Amino acid sequence: MVLDELKIGGLGSSRRRVEDDRFIRGKGNYVDDIVLPGMLHMEILRSPVAHARIKKIDTTRAWDMPGVRLVLTGEMMAARNLAWMPTLSYDTQAVLATDKVRFQGQEVACVVADDPYIAKDAIEAIDVEYEVLPAIVSPEQALAPEAPLIRDDKANQQDNVIFDWEVGDKAGTDAAFARADVVSKIEMHYPRSHPSPIETCGSIADFDRATEKLTVYMTSQAPHIIRAAVALVAELPEHMIRIVSPDIGGGFGNKVPVYPGYVASILASILLERPVKWIEDKTSNLMSTGFGRDVYLQGEMALRADGKILAVRMHTDSDHGAFFSDAQPSKFKIGLMHSTFACYDIPTAHLTAKGVYTNKAPGGVAYRCSFRVTEAMYFQERMVQAAADDLGMDQAEFRRRNFVRDDDFPHRTAFGFLTDSGQYGKCLDVGLEAIGYEDFLKEKEEAAKRGKLLGIGISTMTEPLGAGNSREYDILGIKMFDSAELRVHMTGKAILRTGAKTQGQGHETTWGQIVAHELGIPAEDVLVEEGDTDTAPFGMGTYASRSTPVAGAAVSMVARKIRAKARKLAAHLLEASEEDIEWELGRFHLRGDPSRGVTIQECAMAAYSNLPDGLEPGLENVAYYDPPNLTWPFACYIATVEVDPGTGVWDVLRVVAVDDCGVRINPMIVEGQIMGGLTEAYAMANMQFITFDEEGNCIGGNYMDYLLPTAWETPGFELHEVVTPCPHHPIGAKGIGECATVGGPAAFVNAVMDALKGHDVRNIDMPLLPDRVYKAMTERTDVSGAPPLRME
Amino acid sequence: MYPPRFRYEAPQTIDEAIQLLSEGGGDAKILAGGQSLIPLLKLRFASPPLLVDINEIPGLDHLDFAADGSIRIGALCRHAALERSEELRVRQPTMAAAAGLVADPIVRNRGTFVGSLCHADPQGDWAAVMVALGGSLVAQGPNGRRSIPVKDLVHGPFQNALTHNEIGVEATVPAPQGTPLGGYLKLERRIGDFATVAVAASVDIEGGAVSRAGIGLVAVGSKTMDASDAAASLVGGPLTPESISSAADLAAEVAKPRSDHRGSADYKKHIVRTFVTRILTRVSSSLEKAA
Ligand SMILES: Cc1cc2nc3c(=O)[nH]c(=O)nc-3n(C[C@H](O)[C@H](O)[C@H](O)COP(=O)(O)OP(=O)(O)OC[C@H]3O[C@@H](n4cnc5c(N)ncnc54)[C@H](O)[C@@H]3O)c2cc1C
Repeated sequence: MVLDELKIGGLGSSRRRVEDDRFIRGKGNYVDDIVLPGMLHMEILRSPVAHARIKKIDTTRAWDMPGVRLVLTGEMMAARNLAWMPTLSYDTQAVLATDKVRFQGQEVACVVADDPYIAKDAIEAIDVEYEVLPAIVSPEQALAPEAPLIRDDKANQQDNVIFDWEVGDKAGTDAAFARADVVSKIEMHYPRSHPSPIETCGSIADFDRATEKLTVYMTSQAPHIIRAAVALVAELPEHMIRIVSPDIGGGFGNKVPVYPGYVASILASILLERPVKWIEDKTSNLMSTGFGRDVYLQGEMALRADGKILAVRMHTDSDHGAFFSDAQPSKFKIGLMHSTFACYDIPTAHLTAKGVYTNKAPGGVAYRCSFRVTEAMYFQERMVQAAADDLGMDQAEFRRRNFVRDDDFPHRTAFGFLTDSGQYGKCLDVGLEAIGYEDFLKEKEEAAKRGKLLGIGISTMTEPLGAGNSREYDILGIKMFDSAELRVHMTGKAILRTGAKTQGQGHETTWGQIVAHELGIPAEDVLVEEGDTDTAPFGMGTYASRSTPVAGAAVSMVARKIRAKARKLAAHLLEASEEDIEWELGRFHLRGDPSRGVTIQECAMAAYSNLPDGLEPGLENVAYYDPPNLTWPFACYIATVEVDPGTGVWDVLRVVAVDDCGVRINPMIVEGQIMGGLTEAYAMANMQFITFDEEGNCIGGNYMDYLLPTAWETPGFELHEVVTPCPHHPIGAKGIGECATVGGPAAFVNAVMDALKGHDVRNIDMPLLPDRVYKAMTERTDVSGAPPLRME
Repeated sequence: MYPPRFRYEAPQTIDEAIQLLSEGGGDAKILAGGQSLIPLLKLRFASPPLLVDINEIPGLDHLDFAADGSIRIGALCRHAALERSEELRVRQPTMAAAAGLVADPIVRNRGTFVGSLCHADPQGDWAAVMVALGGSLVAQGPNGRRSIPVKDLVHGPFQNALTHNEIGVEATVPAPQGTPLGGYLKLERRIGDFATVAVAASVDIEGGAVSRAGIGLVAVGSKTMDASDAAASLVGGPLTPESISSAADLAAEVAKPRSDHRGSADYKKHIVRTFVTRILTRVSSSLEKAA
């Protein structure tokens, strides 16, 4: 009897998440849950101002407080060559400030004390004298000729520019624009937001003088990269460093970079020879750690009168804050911004990108996205809607006319990416059908006669997920492959470890399903473990939707290696030659006689008890997987809204999502990811942003000002699917963790802009706060959200 | 949460509590629902050396409706009790309209009505409702009780008229002078958010005319704003589009908002005008329907 794959929790099974048992019971094991004997507590003093020269730091009062063990300043770090550290983007970042503070919330000093109360009290007893300098809070200010130099610490830095980068065909693009019937232009800002995982960042550094071993428990999405960074920065031998990422309460890109708190806690533990715990509070997390977005666009499209896009020209200015510290594949300075327009058949395109320093917290991290893909797709879909309007064309029809067609794959995009599969038109059709497109357009017209403003917004996109292939993708030169190690025990149970690191994505559940699919071992018989660099194989971690495309593929590949060895064992047990053995799920049988067979569990037992001559004992292996290409999921999101003409408040009526992420390993988890992403997309469009006033004060350093959506106001989502398997992934899966965050925002914004059609408005920057919408509507003007925020 | 060090007392009687406050000499703080005070401690914006928790004092959680329509709300009556009260909906529509809009359901389970009045946050919802209803706070100190109209209770941002050893023991809403009507509209960016702007407007109707009116404004000044001229302009006549519109204009004049990340000053004034108009228009059309 052939095994039923769904019954053993294989591919396509919506088995319940294994990890939820402990999370729901409050039995998770997060960094802050870990208590080590003799552990001390560290707290960080942060700059109250955005830009200032440090005149003096007096720590006497803090040192004098009972229970204080150590006060660290930049000067003390400098003495150990640790005042500055390298970033993941070939820049440097201050660990503790020595010369200047460059953003509000920057790390100035640390206190280590017997308990966290004392540490907090002592922080308030450190006296710092600042000479305040003018603050820069936007690229426009940073690029002004008389702008103060933010990075005067860098020998060759003459201005506030980090990079000038370009990609595409300038001449070809210029020529296409010269031929255009219509040129559509739009400018906008994708505001700064913060990933704000529920668990903040933190670490416990534990240096053992007797063994010379350093163990760091920390909130990292990429523990192996951290191990390498610590080895290089702290000049410690790599084999004596163990990084453990236990349960992680959400990362969203925020837990990829190396933060000063980690480094300071390590030094403190080395100096004090005791474990030192540092747990950030919410405000510190929001004000100082990796933010997302903060990019400005000037976009232009060259159009033919019949609706064909001839060329796209884009310029972006990105605000990286005081240090260029977000992780990027090192070839691409503005991440994968040039994946923009990948689902459209565009003959030629050109993108220029400028990155600047400002007096704001560093970041620009891939907040639930694959390196700037969120900005890329938002810009794309806002430009597409504006172009359709300029042509007087239906927005759905305009998209359909320009999609890459199903039979055009593989397709080389104007910026050089290779897309390999998709059914874009079908996804759009499913979405339009689900929302009742034609009916809604009629309803909208009727409503307008009664003074009501209804709108419908569409966002379609394919995005590159799963960096990367090692030819093109590396971080600091380390190639972006990933790994899996599978050990099958003699009773057929197994432990699987990968180089990825789950933070809520459900790896403990889905990796078991891949093993079940490949080997017929029930998913519940597979223990999944990640995050301990002493035990897990080397990997680049989890972000940019790379786990399933890369580590997940490695799981398949290692299971196949195990299967190959099991086949030899089966041949031995069945006294047949390997060629006469056939595989069915969970079992080998004799060709021509399916009744004579052995299960994978019987093979496992044989690997430890009954081996053929010459075969190595045991049943375990490791696979490193270097993907041939990125995976390209496609999505179509449609939202309908009603705008209140008296207040500018808008309500979401319906949201339809059609996702094509290829083969779904666990449909329930996939749907959870999509709903989470849509929730974030709704929040981006509606409420979630961090801005700064003229002095560089961060407006959004707490949950009163920085709004995260809750279940109360988040609209319902209607989910649909189309399945186009990824042609190169071992099980046909593509990334899905980020699609809705990436593609969703434009659907909401396009819907509001559609409702305001006829009001002479081209753009309102996110979030579409009621006052911005009201202003745009009544004053018939675009509304920019760029800082500085002027408070009166 | 790592607040500064403080002493904590939970007395069993009001007298003991007053005694402790007197000892504290201005540095002590009452702890009621804790939904405003605890965040202040967490952020270390406040560091009172003594907290006097009044939650152990019996007999303070009442919500009483008298036959004449007046209402008494005890110091430990939670927002949630008001929200869930069927009787409130019938008796006092302006209060009932606000009850479900204060903070979020979690905060409403703990936070108190009286605590909200005492906290004197210009963005607080209840003080504006009380201004609109002509309500008062009953304070008890070493020398007994006194009643303070809420419009005089709130001095400025987070400043109230209580002396350091007075406790707000209950709030009172006077009997209406006719049929109590009105409403509460709040512009918030998200559920659980403080108001960008909110308006409480209450009118008592007697024989088709407005016998008493009150309008309180939230988040458009350094304290809860009393649009008394706007309210006075309505008294004596029926609600008409003209009277509503001129009251809305007068209310907007009282508003002194600042521009911030929630919206511009002009926009906030506009919302005051819009909300006054919407509440009163709704009342007037409900009257028309009833007639
Ligand atoms: C997330 C969140 C959202 C919120 N949103 C809103 C909102 O939208 N609208 C709104 O109006 N409020 C909001 N609040 C505040 C909430 O309504 C509080 O419950 C209220 O402001 C204070 O009531 P409390 O009982 O919690 O007072 P506490 O926090 O215990 O005390 C607040 C202050 O009042 C004093 N005090 C309390 N009781 C007395 C008394 N009986 N006599 C004298 N002094 C007293 C205290 O000493 C303290 O100074 C929010 C709070 C949170 C945490």
